[in-house]
Amino acid sequence: MKKEFKVIAELLPDNSRVLDVGCGDGSLMDLLEREKKIEVRGLEINNDNVQKCILKGLPVIQGNAETELHQFPNQSFDYVILSQTLQAFYNPDKVLKELLRIGSSVIVSIPNFGYWKVRINLLLFGKMPITKTLPNSWYNTPNLHMCTIKDLFNFCDEKNINIKKVIGVNQDKTSLITRGNLELKNLFSKLGIFLIG
Amino acid sequence: MPSLAGLFFWIMDKFKDIKKITISKPLKLDCGKTISNFPIAYETYGKLNHEKNNAILVFHALTGDQFVTETNPITNKEGWWITAVGPGKSIDTNKYFVVCANVIGGCMGSLGPRNINPETNQPYGLDFPVITIKDMVRAQETLLNHLGVKKLLCATGGSMGGMQLLQFCATFPDKTFSAIPIACSSSHSAQNIALNELARQAIMADPVWDNGKYFLKNVQPKNGLAVARMVGHISYLSEKGMQEKFGRKLQEKADYEFSFNADFQVESYLRHQGYAFVERFDANSILYITRAMDYFDLSKQFRGGLVEAFRNQKTKFLVISFTSDWLYTTKENKDIVIALNSSGADVSFSEIKTDKGHDSFLLNENEFLKTLKGFIDSMYEKFKNEKGI
Repeated sequence: MKKEFKVIAELLPDNSRVLDVGCGDGSLMDLLEREKKIEVRGLEINNDNVQKCILKGLPVIQGNAETELHQFPNQSFDYVILSQTLQAFYNPDKVLKELLRIGSSVIVSIPNFGYWKVRINLLLFGKMPITKTLPNSWYNTPNLHMCTIKDLFNFCDEKNINIKKVIGVNQDKTSLITRGNLELKNLFSKLGIFLIG
Repeated sequence: MPSLAGLFFWIMDKFKDIKKITISKPLKLDCGKTISNFPIAYETYGKLNHEKNNAILVFHALTGDQFVTETNPITNKEGWWITAVGPGKSIDTNKYFVVCANVIGGCMGSLGPRNINPETNQPYGLDFPVITIKDMVRAQETLLNHLGVKKLLCATGGSMGGMQLLQFCATFPDKTFSAIPIACSSSHSAQNIALNELARQAIMADPVWDNGKYFLKNVQPKNGLAVARMVGHISYLSEKGMQEKFGRKLQEKADYEFSFNADFQVESYLRHQGYAFVERFDANSILYITRAMDYFDLSKQFRGGLVEAFRNQKTKFLVISFTSDWLYTTKENKDIVIALNSSGADVSFSEIKTDKGHDSFLLNENEFLKTLKGFIDSMYEKFKNEKGI
């Protein structure tokens, strides 16, 4: 079980309605449905993953989040989750706006480009970083718009998006991120999980 | 060689053994007319279990019938969905109780234009009332009560079968736990109406058709009906699939014949399909069933549109489309998904990659069959755990 999913699950109240955008093979939806009696829906672009969800009895719609979020009505979910996909969109700002339209709250997790190992790769070796959370080379990475936890913080402020909670994840450790400890946490968190809306 | 009359009675004799119920309760049709004491022919496969929670209803397409799998006793050919239904298959008849009924307007034992009109003691022909998809579905719902099925585990159907299914879910919102509409539409498109009109005009242009009265002479407008079927066959394939299958290959000859015989394989294929079809289908039935398809517009029935049609749905949906299907496109199938989503229904959607066109749902398309099986099996697990069935 990924630590990230545990953190996300803890943020969600029982019996809520949740849309998982880019739900993959349905691992998170499965966890939320079984353990928290959450009414889940998924959106997934990859065919094999769609099949895996269907085999598990999880409701999933095959489609592209970049272009097909319009099918979900305004405020039709309590929460919308976007796990480590924001950076892969052509227009992450527009996608985020759509998510906030669909859900009362939105949970966005991002691989943190401000993590110290990433910075060292660039600073000392002059190379684009390859880490566990960023496993691809520069030429084949799906990540078009990498950002740091600090970037997303600032983005939310700029766009007047209410930040309810931010959690930093490093291996099995989690910590609350605030404006006060942002510089430090931005250096030591591999992953940032934002609860906004 | 038996005489035509002899052949007719021989065919009628074969129909004697098929399963039928007579529905005595009058059914008021959308056209305003009422039918009563009419037959619904059906077939079942597998066994209904003690809990009565393993029933799956299959709706057939335009030229289908109730003989989903095994051998069709009338045509002696394989059932039309033998790829998906049977022991150990996606819709596993060792596990599930599968029901399929012939639509009214059809010609496999349910009330249709070939039946005797009690008012004239002659076959109906064009005196048969114009029916709709909703009429078909309401007639079949009566059958479920007869079979003792209160709530279905699943209902499914492709093409016109999918349209019947959408109608079924909208009209009877709590009659099935899950539903799989395949390669269909919530309202028949202009292109599809046009293709159906082509088929009808082909039949009507055949002088043998004689305003639908060909039955008086015990004949069938074979040429017109065959052309109608050819139109269908073209629309069931994709451009790419057709090119790969036939290309410009010639039919058992080295060069052009400089005639109008079937030089090309694709011509030979269409002729074969067309003339094989006339042996098993009634021309007037094609007129009536295609008309029902054309009139189908679910959003028109419900004043707030398609979303209203699915309001308060508890049924869990899986919509499936095929990439190369140009008859019932992914876009049309997605519109159903969007409407279901907007109404808050539980809906999944899968688009299967294939070159086989609209026909894909009848073929050995591995990914499709796997998806079908995965969904039904997982729904069965969920349905079993539901209380108060």
